Amino acid sequence: MNPATTPRDALREFLENLKAAPRRLLDTAFRTGPPTTDRTRSTFVFGNVFLHLHSVRTHLWSLKWSTTMGLGIMSVSAFLIALVTGVMLMFYYKPYPDVAYESMKDIHFVVPTGRLIRNLHRWSANIMVIAVILHMARAFYTAAYRRPREYNWLIGIGLLVVTLGLSFTGYLLPWDQLAYWAITIGANIAQSPREVTDAVGITEVFDPGGFQRLLLLGSDQVGAEALIRFYLLHVMILPLAIAALMGVHFWRIRKDGGMVRPADADELLKGTREQETYPVFTEAPVKTYQLAAVVKGRTANVGRGPENTVPSMPHLFYAELGVLMLTLLICLALSMVSDAPLKELANPNVPENPAKAPWYFLGLQEMVSFSAFMGGIGVPAIVLLGLALIPYLDRETEGTGKWFGGPGGWPLVRFSAVFGLASSILLEAFVIRFGWLREWIPNIPQLIVTLVNPATILTTIYALYSIWCIRRFQSVRAGALGLFTCFLAGFLVLTIIGTYFRGPNWEFFWSPSDWPQH
Amino acid sequence: MTTKSTPPRSRLDPEAVPRRDWLGLSSLWTMGAALLFGTIGMLKLPKAAVLASPSKKFRIALPETLALGEAFIPPGRAVAVFRDAEGVHAVSTICTHLGCVVKPNPDGFECPCHGSRFKADGEVTRGPAPQPLPWLKVSVSGGLVTIDEGATVPAGTKVQA
Repeated sequence: MNPATTPRDALREFLENLKAAPRRLLDTAFRTGPPTTDRTRSTFVFGNVFLHLHSVRTHLWSLKWSTTMGLGIMSVSAFLIALVTGVMLMFYYKPYPDVAYESMKDIHFVVPTGRLIRNLHRWSANIMVIAVILHMARAFYTAAYRRPREYNWLIGIGLLVVTLGLSFTGYLLPWDQLAYWAITIGANIAQSPREVTDAVGITEVFDPGGFQRLLLLGSDQVGAEALIRFYLLHVMILPLAIAALMGVHFWRIRKDGGMVRPADADELLKGTREQETYPVFTEAPVKTYQLAAVVKGRTANVGRGPENTVPSMPHLFYAELGVLMLTLLICLALSMVSDAPLKELANPNVPENPAKAPWYFLGLQEMVSFSAFMGGIGVPAIVLLGLALIPYLDRETEGTGKWFGGPGGWPLVRFSAVFGLASSILLEAFVIRFGWLREWIPNIPQLIVTLVNPATILTTIYALYSIWCIRRFQSVRAGALGLFTCFLAGFLVLTIIGTYFRGPNWEFFWSPSDWPQH
Repeated sequence: MTTKSTPPRSRLDPEAVPRRDWLGLSSLWTMGAALLFGTIGMLKLPKAAVLASPSKKFRIALPETLALGEAFIPPGRAVAVFRDAEGVHAVSTICTHLGCVVKPNPDGFECPCHGSRFKADGEVTRGPAPQPLPWLKVSVSGGLVTIDEGATVPAGTKVQA
C-alpha cells in the first residue's frame, strides 16, 4: 500500500513524479550520471551497448595522432555516412533496367536534396576505399599485424575485399553507359578463367569462369537479373557481411590488447601530457592485480598502476568524434564541388569508349588489357594471398609499433618505393612504345600470353626484389617491407596510367584533350 | 591363452567415448549434416534452370546496296553479316576478351575497351583477346537471312542463297 494516505497526498505525489519524469528518464537510460569521476567515466563506457566495444581506459600511445592517424575511424565514419545516405537513396531508387536510370535522374534533378545525398553517398564510398587502403598501409608499416594481431589482419583483408565489392556493386545501379559497360567488363573478368580452360580445351567439362559469370548475372547477359542481383549484394548481403566483419575486427582490437605500441612506449611517453589528462587514480594504488588467466598479457601487472592510460571518456571518444566530423566535412566539401556522374542510358549495342571502371579498379583494368585472367583474377589473388601470409611469415619482434619498424627501416622503404615506381613505369613505357607479344608474333599460343604479360612480369620482379631484401637484411620483415612498398607503388602507377593516360580503344594519350572525336 | 589385464582406469582419465554423450553427439552431427546439406541444396537457387534472356534467333533481309565483303550490322544486334561470292556468313561482334561490342573498321574490327583488333574473318591481330570472334550459324531462304547468335560454326562456313 502506498504511503500516500490522503487523496490530496496521492495527487501531489503524482504531480511530483510527473515533474521528475524527464530527469528520471535520463537517469534510467544512462544509469550512472554524468562522467565526471573515474568511476562514472568507466561506467559510462561499459554501461553503454554502443561504447563498450572500447576499453574503459586508453593508453596515451593509442591517442597519439601518429599512431593511427585516425584512419580506421575514418573508414568507419565513411561507412556510416554511406549507410545513412544509402538508405535515403533507397526511398526513390527502383532496381529495374531503364526505370533505374529514370529514378536516378529523379534523385539527381527532382528529389529535394537528392543530388547532395547521392554525391555524399558516392564521395563517402570513395573516401572509404582510400581510408581502408591507407589504414592497411598504416597497420603494415607499424608492424601491427604481428602476434597477437595476426587474425585481425586477416579480418582486415576481408574488410578490404568487401569494401571494394560494395563499391563495385554500387557502380551498376545507375544503369547508365558507365555502369553498364563497367559491369560487362567486370562480369567477363569473372568469366576469364575460360582464357585458360579454352586454351587447354576443357571448357566443355570444366568451366568455373562461365559459372561465376552466370552466378553474378543470373543470365547470359547484363540485364534485369544482373541488376537485381547487384542491388541485393549492394544493399543487403555485402552490408551485412561488412557489419559482421567490422564487429569482429573491433572486438579483436580490444582482445588483442588495444592499439599496437612499441615495447618502450611508456619510456617514450615520459613527461608528456601529464597536465592535460585526468589523473590516473585519485589515490595512487599500492598494487593492482589482473586476472592473468582471462586477460592476456606476458606479465601480471602486480605492483604498478596502469600508467599512461587515461579514461576513454572523454579522451578517446572526443578524438573519434573529431575524426567523424572531419570525414563528414571532407565528404560534404567534395559533394558541393563535384557531382556524381550520370551518363546516357545504358545501351547494350554501343560500348562507352573508353569504358572505365571506378578509379581504384583502373590499375586492374590496365593489367587486364594484356590478359583478362592474369590481370583480373590471377595477380589479385596472388596479392591477397601474399597479404594474408605476411603475419605468418614475419615472426620477428624488432620494430613492432614503430613506423617503418624492423630491419631496413625507412631507408629500405624509400628505396623500395623508388624501385617499385621505376620498374612499373619503365615496364609500362616499354609496353606502350613497343607493344606486346601478339604484335610481334601474331600466332603465339594464348597460354604464353596468359603467363608472360606485364602483370605477371611486374609481380615476378617484385617477388625477386623481396627475396633480395630478405637475404640482404637477413629478415623476413625486410622482405615484407620491400614487397608491400613495391605493390603500393605499382598500384599507384597502374591506377594513374589507367585513369589519366588511357583513352579511346585503351590507347595511350598524354592528355584527354588529345582524344580523337568520335 | 593369456588374458591381458587392463589397468583400472583412473578417475581422471576420460572415457574413450562417454556412453551417455553418444546420443547427444550423434544428434549434434545429424543437425550439422542437415544444415549443411540443406544449405547446399538451396545454393542451387541462384542458378536458374531457364535463363531470362531474349531469343537468340532472328531473321533479317540484307540491304540491296550491301557491297561484297562489307559488314552489315543488324540494328540492335551484336552481329556483323557479310555477303560475298561464296555466300553469306555472320561473325559475332562481342569481343572475346571482356565482352565489349567491337566496331567494323577497314581492316576488320576494333574493340573500344582494350584495343583488341580482329581481321574481317574474326582472327585476332593484336590486343588481349584470347580467342577469334566466333562465326554464327546462318541459314538463307527466300532472300531472308536467319542468324542464331547462340550457335557457332567453324570459321569459313558460308551459306549460299
